[in-house]
Amino acid sequence: MALHLALETDGAGAHPAAWRFGDPANHLRPAAIRDVVLAAESAGFALATFADSPVPRAGAVGRLESVGRAAFVSTRTTAIGLAPAVPTATVEPFHLAAQIASLDHATRGRAAWVVTGTSPAALATVGLEEGPASEVVAAVRALWDSWEDDAVIKDVASGRYLDADKVHHVDFEGSSFTVKGPLITPRPPQGQPVVIADAGLALDADIALIPADEVGRARPDSLVFAELEVVLDTDVPAESRLAALDAAAEWGSSRTRYVGSAVGLVELLGELSSSVDGVLLHPAALAVDLPVLTRHVLPALDLAPRRPTLRETLGLPKPVNRFARAGL
Amino acid sequence: MSDAQLHLGLFYTGVGGQYLWQEAGDFDHTTIDAYLSVAKTLERGLFDAFFLGEGLRVRENRGRILETDVAGRPDAITQLAALAGATEHIGLVATQNATYNFPADLARRLATLDVLSGGRAGWNVVTTDNAWTGANFRRGGWLPHERRYERAEQFVSAAKEIWAAERTVERHTDLVELSVTPTVPRTRPVVLQAGDSPGGRDLAARHADAVFSGNTEYPKALAYATDLRSRLAGYGRSPDSLRILPGASVVLGATDAEAQERAEWLRRELLTPRRAIGFLEQYWDKDLSAYDPDGPLPDVEPSSAELDPSRGTLTISDRTGKLDRIRQWRELAAEKNLSIRELVLQVQPTRHDFIGTPSRIADEWAHYVRTRAVDGFILGADRLPTGVEEIVDRLIPELQERGVYRTSYTGSTLREHLDLPTVD
Repeated sequence: MALHLALETDGAGAHPAAWRFGDPANHLRPAAIRDVVLAAESAGFALATFADSPVPRAGAVGRLESVGRAAFVSTRTTAIGLAPAVPTATVEPFHLAAQIASLDHATRGRAAWVVTGTSPAALATVGLEEGPASEVVAAVRALWDSWEDDAVIKDVASGRYLDADKVHHVDFEGSSFTVKGPLITPRPPQGQPVVIADAGLALDADIALIPADEVGRARPDSLVFAELEVVLDTDVPAESRLAALDAAAEWGSSRTRYVGSAVGLVELLGELSSSVDGVLLHPAALAVDLPVLTRHVLPALDLAPRRPTLRETLGLPKPVNRFARAGL
Repeated sequence: MSDAQLHLGLFYTGVGGQYLWQEAGDFDHTTIDAYLSVAKTLERGLFDAFFLGEGLRVRENRGRILETDVAGRPDAITQLAALAGATEHIGLVATQNATYNFPADLARRLATLDVLSGGRAGWNVVTTDNAWTGANFRRGGWLPHERRYERAEQFVSAAKEIWAAERTVERHTDLVELSVTPTVPRTRPVVLQAGDSPGGRDLAARHADAVFSGNTEYPKALAYATDLRSRLAGYGRSPDSLRILPGASVVLGATDAEAQERAEWLRRELLTPRRAIGFLEQYWDKDLSAYDPDGPLPDVEPSSAELDPSRGTLTISDRTGKLDRIRQWRELAAEKNLSIRELVLQVQPTRHDFIGTPSRIADEWAHYVRTRAVDGFILGADRLPTGVEEIVDRLIPELQERGVYRTSYTGSTLREHLDLPTVD
């Protein structure tokens, strides 16, 4: 079965010491951010993710906010999905819904949202307590539906720009917040931008992320992407590269990891394609591993073709608007 | 350059009753292509900045979404980040309020925009206090009106400390609560302030690099500039460390008479029959759709409730005294025999600030800037993209001829465009 591949683009790479092996501030340069995404796009990745947190990454030299990074590359890309990670607790749900909807408009339907949980340090940045993430997802999804697709009518004869019957208050009520609606932004081109969340969070997601060594469990409610860290052979064997990185900083990660040749990775991804819909790759060092992926791994894989919108690429239908459905 | 220089920005609100959407053809105000095309036209015109408004709630008329005006817009910072990737020179300014944002989150988004754009980010600080707007946010309607600027001052001061990125920033007051270690390297977006009350002026004198004021007429502009510069001294700032940029709307014509005609035509076109009725409904707080816009004022009595803010933020002076205003309108309409539409045309605050030939307006603006009544203007547009193209193609060359406008970009950051002192 054809596979979807996603690439995590944050920082210098997934390994906390990756930045030490090049220009330490390179990942903060706009051109470098753009070049990584453009390389991923031309290689055939379906999706680029942008990990983020309001708290500094341990040992790293800084990080730009994820929606900004994704938006920055939106007008220079045409095929790849863009998926910023945004925590549910440290952003207003209304702003979050508008940000992802705006990204979807700017990309003409290639936006996604990686839902992330939060930590006490992240909560301290806004002085809030954490509420259920499921409520934020529900509020955001309701706001994305608050304009029906045909709400803008521009009827000169009657002087009506909008049809007020097609723009809706959502009246969302959560346990710790309410949102009146409608969103300031018209319905995104995809209707609902793609929502991605760790399977363990048990959220209303379009893509559930699972560890690559837990494939095979049935998850009928969503697509399933396995997460996999990769360290690849170059002129230097992957094992030696990893040892050098680990000597500089400990990689305290619990993700499944592949360390070895490009050929071996192609084989592993081929095997995974029978049990998952896609794989989210976390290269140890983007500057080193991404060129190996684009030259030797992606060309050897049977990848699903990309289509104009991310939902179409993923084979997900555009959802019917809940308000249109209800005939409200 | 020895002569004083005029700085121009364009305020793209993207929504509202000022857009003549009926004749816009295929130009859709809300698409990314529309924003891109306007931003690129402005770069051709060597503008300092492209301003976006902030959306917090879609406007309504008596509890129903307002149908007559352009609505629907992107999140400002997200859209500006997209524009940062497709433009080279122009400053990118987001209007963002200090009430319904978290300081650490907003400071980080602005810092990100500043890095992504190579130092072209700006923040137009505004405040909001009404519960109607707040109904979209976790802490709706939480801030008493008189404390808006107290919160804004604490908010901006925290943001500046976060941008300095030297250490963990802590604030624990009843208005701002945060503890954050900055993730974005040292940066300093340009801070603009739009409020005109004494609280707003003090906030500007203390924190702003530029003000987006409402004082456009020459005597008011001069008095405002004098007042503001005197306040700067109180905060140890030089009189030249703040740019004063009033909002302004322009109607050009081949002759002054033609420009006047176009301005009058635009006012009438913008005030559609449905909008005239909608305007009165906001005051009457009743359904007036049965009344003829070309007939006399409604004979029913308005409700006694004060004006609600759902058509957009109300100034303090509009919050009370609604019934007195309606009584004055009735007297005016009776005296001059005005229809609903004619009355609204007379009393609605929409008007154009500068009407005339490019040459006349360039003369006026050269006088404004040489006498230091302003440092420039932030222009509105009622027609897109044609309104902007006209200004760039016809007015800019006249300003350049008078030596009050740049002939090429000389800096790369918004701070450099505005000729502001560097921040240490």
